[in-house]
Amino acid sequence: MTMPDEAPTPDRTQIPSAVVETFDLTRRFGSVTAVSDVSLTVNSGEIFGLIGPNGAGKSTLIKMLTTLLPPSAGRAFVAGFDVMTQPGEVRKHIGYVPQLLSADGELTGYENMLLSSRLYLIPHSERERKIAAALAMMGLLEVRDRLVRNYSGGMIRRLEIAQSTLHRPAVLFMDEPTVGLDPTGRHTVWNHVRELRGDLQAAIIVTTHYMDEAQELCDRLAVLHAGKVETVGTPAELKAMLGPTATLDDVFAALTGGEIESGGGYRDVRETRRSAREHA
Amino acid sequence: MTSERHAAAPASTPSFRFLAAAAGYATQVFAVADAEVRKLRHDPWELLSRAVQPVLWLVLFGEVMAQVRGLSSGTIPYLDFLAPGILAQSVLFVAIFYGISAIWERDLGVLHRYMVSPAPRSALVIGKALSSTIRGLSQALVIYLCAAIMGVHLSFDPWRIALVVVFIALGAGLFSTFSLIIACIVKTRERFMGIGQVLTMPIFFASNAIYPIDLMPRWLKAISSLNPLTYEVDGLRTLMLRGGESTFGLGHDLAVLIVVGSILVMIATRIYPRMTE
Repeated sequence: MTMPDEAPTPDRTQIPSAVVETFDLTRRFGSVTAVSDVSLTVNSGEIFGLIGPNGAGKSTLIKMLTTLLPPSAGRAFVAGFDVMTQPGEVRKHIGYVPQLLSADGELTGYENMLLSSRLYLIPHSERERKIAAALAMMGLLEVRDRLVRNYSGGMIRRLEIAQSTLHRPAVLFMDEPTVGLDPTGRHTVWNHVRELRGDLQAAIIVTTHYMDEAQELCDRLAVLHAGKVETVGTPAELKAMLGPTATLDDVFAALTGGEIESGGGYRDVRETRRSAREHA
Repeated sequence: MTSERHAAAPASTPSFRFLAAAAGYATQVFAVADAEVRKLRHDPWELLSRAVQPVLWLVLFGEVMAQVRGLSSGTIPYLDFLAPGILAQSVLFVAIFYGISAIWERDLGVLHRYMVSPAPRSALVIGKALSSTIRGLSQALVIYLCAAIMGVHLSFDPWRIALVVVFIALGAGLFSTFSLIIACIVKTRERFMGIGQVLTMPIFFASNAIYPIDLMPRWLKAISSLNPLTYEVDGLRTLMLRGGESTFGLGHDLAVLIVVGSILVMIATRIYPRMTE
């Protein structure tokens, strides 16, 4: 019965190809509306970028989709499950690489992987093989027994990606994946993200405020501004809206009415800088 | 095809599924506790430095206070009376540190990794509580050693020692979960530092850890009878000493610690996710 071309992924027959769908998703904090009526569809095998200035609502949106934050209104389905009523099912099918430092510096790379494999209940018999394969894919096999606090920023990011994809999620969320990395580190991470897309056939949702990252990495982009989706399209489509010589920077400026570095409170700046420092 | 694949899976009877779920839950609890133990193995310095304080209490405070005639500890020598109290105290102090570490993990982002995983929140809370038991036990080792050298009449009956471990586990779990709840409420390290002091001192002094309850004024007696540490100390004092006798009864002590601990775990399970909102 087994087909030769069957993907070596967990049973995905139940998971719709529109793997993330939101309907008027909204989150308010007191009188502030951080995310306002966002309706989006993201498909399997797609790298989807959320771009927008700090405070545009990218992180709040990601937190709702990863079940860390309950929405105030609207609905969202991830891998076919409702984030409000089936958060446990959603968590089984997603991976999340936060902007902050999520690998534990006091553990070795291997121990971080072991922790993830247990939390995701990867069967005991497959654990070692899967961990070794994931570490090899990310080029971390030689440093597996070194404490993560001695890793470079790029190595930590790769380890976090390995931890987040060990269970072969249907959707991988990455919050500012290359903040604080040097150009080589950024390109390595991009290559790995593309590789994963092919390997997992997952949807990969990336937030970024780097326009080169959006251009290089993403198949489609949603531009967020003040909690609302301004527009959605491929990088080429977005540029074409403004004219033949337009860049994504121009698109960004036109849609958000500001410069890329504007906005963001003390907390955003502090967190960005801290993660930049610790990843350096 | 899906249905065939399911049919080929091992018997998915309700009891099998229950066992599988229980085994999964245990794996997740163990994952959290094991990560903490591995960190201690990489850096045992913290454990060693934490062992200094109880030794100071026993050697300096204990030897001096033993000379005070007004401090009647009943029929047993004051040092015997004090040793279990100091063990309970050091378990408390180590456990209270868990709130800070929870805030630290949130600030870093490590907590986000736990929170997006399919592990139930209660498994995360219990895993942390369990790991504080390991720290508590390492303190117990130092205190037993020190107390033995100082001539405290310790019991080494294996059953009693097994029950001491149970009491340490319950006390460590209870107070680390309490600390986690405080951390979820105050949310920042600075605020926690202040409130941690404000909470640990009354818990410690409004208990029978270093003096008998009989010496207390009535109002303090009332407070100490509501204090879980009092029951922790009573249990440890009964079990650690040769011929130790319980004031409240071991069953009573255990029941108080289990009930209060369970309530705290339930509260923590509800509010722990707020840390990553």
